[in-house]
Amino acid sequence: MVNLRVNGRERTFGGDPSMPLMWYLRDELGLTGTKYGCGVALCGACTVHLDGEAVRSCGVPMSDVGGKAVITIEGLDARGEHPVQIAWRNLGVPQCGYCQCGQIMQAAALLKAKPAPSDKEITDAMSGNLCRCGCYQRIHAAVRAAAKGA
Amino acid sequence: MTHHRTQAAPVILNVSRRGLIKGMAAGGGLVLAAQFARPARAYPTGADAMPNKTVSDPHVFVQIARNGIVTIVAARAEMGTGAARTTLPLIVADELDADWSKVRVVQSLGDEKKYGNQDTDGSRSVRHFIQPMRLCGASARTMLEQAAAKRWGVNAAECVAQNHEIVHKPSGRKLGYGDVAEDAAKLPTPAASRVKLKEQSAFRYMGKGNVPLVDLFDITVGAATYGQDVRLNDMKYAVIARPPVVGGKVASFDATETMKVAGVEKVVTLDPTPAPAKFAPLGGVAVIAKNTWAALKGRDALKITWDDGPNRSYDSAAYKAMLEANVRKPGKMERNQGDVEKALASAAKVVTAEYYGPHLHHATMEPPAATARMLDGKWDVWAPVQSPGGTRDDVAAALGVKPEDVNLNCTLLGGGFGRKSKCDFAIEAALLSKAMAGATVKVVWTREDDVRHGFYHTVTVDRFEAGLDASNKVVAWRHRSAAPTFMANFEPDPKRPSGIELGMGWVDTPFNIPNIRMESGEAPAQIRVGWFRSVNNVMHAWSVQSFIAELAAQLGRDQKDFLLEMIGPGRIVDPRKQVSTAFWDYGEPFETYPIDTGRLRKVAELAAERAGWGRTLPKGHGLGIAAHRSFVSYIATVVEVVVDDKGSYTIPRVDTAIDCGFCVNPERVRSQIEGASVMGLTLARYGEITVKNGRVEQGNFDDVPIVRIDESPKETRVHIVEHGINVPASGVGEPGVPPFAPALCNAIFAATGKRIRKLPIGEKIA
Repeated sequence: MVNLRVNGRERTFGGDPSMPLMWYLRDELGLTGTKYGCGVALCGACTVHLDGEAVRSCGVPMSDVGGKAVITIEGLDARGEHPVQIAWRNLGVPQCGYCQCGQIMQAAALLKAKPAPSDKEITDAMSGNLCRCGCYQRIHAAVRAAAKGA
Repeated sequence: MTHHRTQAAPVILNVSRRGLIKGMAAGGGLVLAAQFARPARAYPTGADAMPNKTVSDPHVFVQIARNGIVTIVAARAEMGTGAARTTLPLIVADELDADWSKVRVVQSLGDEKKYGNQDTDGSRSVRHFIQPMRLCGASARTMLEQAAAKRWGVNAAECVAQNHEIVHKPSGRKLGYGDVAEDAAKLPTPAASRVKLKEQSAFRYMGKGNVPLVDLFDITVGAATYGQDVRLNDMKYAVIARPPVVGGKVASFDATETMKVAGVEKVVTLDPTPAPAKFAPLGGVAVIAKNTWAALKGRDALKITWDDGPNRSYDSAAYKAMLEANVRKPGKMERNQGDVEKALASAAKVVTAEYYGPHLHHATMEPPAATARMLDGKWDVWAPVQSPGGTRDDVAAALGVKPEDVNLNCTLLGGGFGRKSKCDFAIEAALLSKAMAGATVKVVWTREDDVRHGFYHTVTVDRFEAGLDASNKVVAWRHRSAAPTFMANFEPDPKRPSGIELGMGWVDTPFNIPNIRMESGEAPAQIRVGWFRSVNNVMHAWSVQSFIAELAAQLGRDQKDFLLEMIGPGRIVDPRKQVSTAFWDYGEPFETYPIDTGRLRKVAELAAERAGWGRTLPKGHGLGIAAHRSFVSYIATVVEVVVDDKGSYTIPRVDTAIDCGFCVNPERVRSQIEGASVMGLTLARYGEITVKNGRVEQGNFDDVPIVRIDESPKETRVHIVEHGINVPASGVGEPGVPPFAPALCNAIFAATGKRIRKLPIGEKIA
């Protein structure tokens, strides 16, 4: 049995301990804002916060999350008004939108650790999150805008 | 006369010029209004040649509730351009004079008989639907005005829709749209000739860029639903082990270990379809389980022996050599102007170069996925497909039922780029549900499945021979090309390009050269070749625009000046009588969308000017330019590159000028062009799928790299050529990609003197 907290709620998981956290969130809890993109921690679409740190949930087995707190995009802000989410909307960042939850979770973790990042720190922090539509210019600008608003 | 009070002054002037007398003679106010209405269809488009054409009936697309909420149906697929769910609805809302805060958008089922063509492809959504959607909104507005007039017992010509209200002009009385919606809905749709479209000066949303993406909030909170995200009660999850070689099949398999995996419920074999298979699934062995992870573990435990079939010999390295051989000898004439043989023979100098562009893969961030079930005798399918209507038909055919028995729900697409035009994954879901007696089955493709079982961008060799006369003027241009055709999906392998492929940056070459000849070389397809965003334009624009720059360099000319000289003066280039296969102008009537070199020149000049062409650059910097017409739009890009002494390169700035006719949603046009820079850089820097023994050698983002934010162009500036509503809207989703790679390669040449004739470039310039 694995006991964990997801978006503030206590959960118990009794299935295959090798199951990645991503599939647990998506298939078992229905938290589909955490996206599947590669399964091997190369694209960042499944980024969540594990005890406050941004992690690729596809690379974290359930056996590693006992006693930990997971925040997904659905739990980032009750009204969807985290400064990063607001900046994303103000700058019209998304195209298809599929990678954006992961991007937002990554950016939110960055700003929590570094409220006023340099341009290079933004680029470095966001370089693990792929966007095939190519929204990087606006992603960078939105992280910068969110930092100013924070 | 009542129309004086309802029409703005400039319109009355127009009316008088068009003959008011004739209109008056025709009778009452409404007829009069029709006489001075702008014609609802101002120009013909290729929409009429598409299956099921277009529909503009507001009874189909618009619903208004009693509380005034306007619901607009989106019938095309939304894959990230914003066209389907934001731009087309805002056109309807604008003509309806609706308050956008009271507009909702709902996605239709796949049903082309009802909604018109739904095949979201070819950068066609706005250019084919701007006119029908304007008519739709204006018709709905007219019906609301008529309903209000009837309620008040006044002449409809005295009633005007303004910002979600109908106003009776003489009395100032008002009714909300919701107040008259039910009455209006009972009215017949007015004849198009009786519907007056807005003047451009009255547009609220068209051309403004003031409407955010309809799904913006949902996307940022994780509530937007893509095909991978569909969840239904009692859903089962499937993954499929597909034949590694196209045309291969299962020789034998052992699922003993698979069935021991907790959560695995069933193993099902799927038959392959012999070529030409259209979008039919590849077949294989499916593992169906209680969750995705169990299905994946079950698949890993399968022991399968494959019978690879005839394509086991496909080797992309050997294939390259074959394509090169086939363009070094005369091929089939595809376009001929003048006498190239003679001109080359008598030329003072002949410059020759060959370019190679490999297979590319779409790598949509959302890998394919689909869900199907049978309920009450009907099949329900949820899938992120670019052609909801076509998918419905293909699924029905695979199930052996009528299209009316299939409900095709089109989810959001996590990227499409042409991959999701092919609905093999939706058919898989339907067949697996059938194998499970109609149970709900979701097929999940992993990234490796996606990379190894794609419909790849073709592989291309382009060979150029340019003849120069004694005064260094280009007098002959022979362009041979060989690339397997995507038509091999639909007919026994033709081995030669279709008219569609020929028209994408090849036989439509606009240069001002007296002797021009295009020849195709033979190229059999041994893999699933599909269309990738911008299609054949990608490699033709790269090779043609690179070769132009090569000539400029050989002649010691400025690249931009020489490009403009090659384009020549502003004129209409008409290759229709010079081609051996009927000229394909992106499916459009040539008269509406001719090849206008004046517009091509203008974007090249605009991009160059905004990029500061000619400015002094620091050491290691270079500027490159490329201009290319595609999807009946005109685009030019200037790339600035910085190359360090180790050959690493970065891109501080990109300037792209686009002329897409009347620009409905400039904000989304900018985002498309910004994104096109990144996709253009990805294909130039990394794009390559290789095949050995019929098997794709790549699998995930470690060997199919996508440009990341730290490698991305720092800034892409977008310069939109402004036009009025009278200039037909043209494509936007695809045209941004083709000019990027040649502009980059030309910039690299300017910075280093190194010419790139083989893609991808790689992380360093060799």
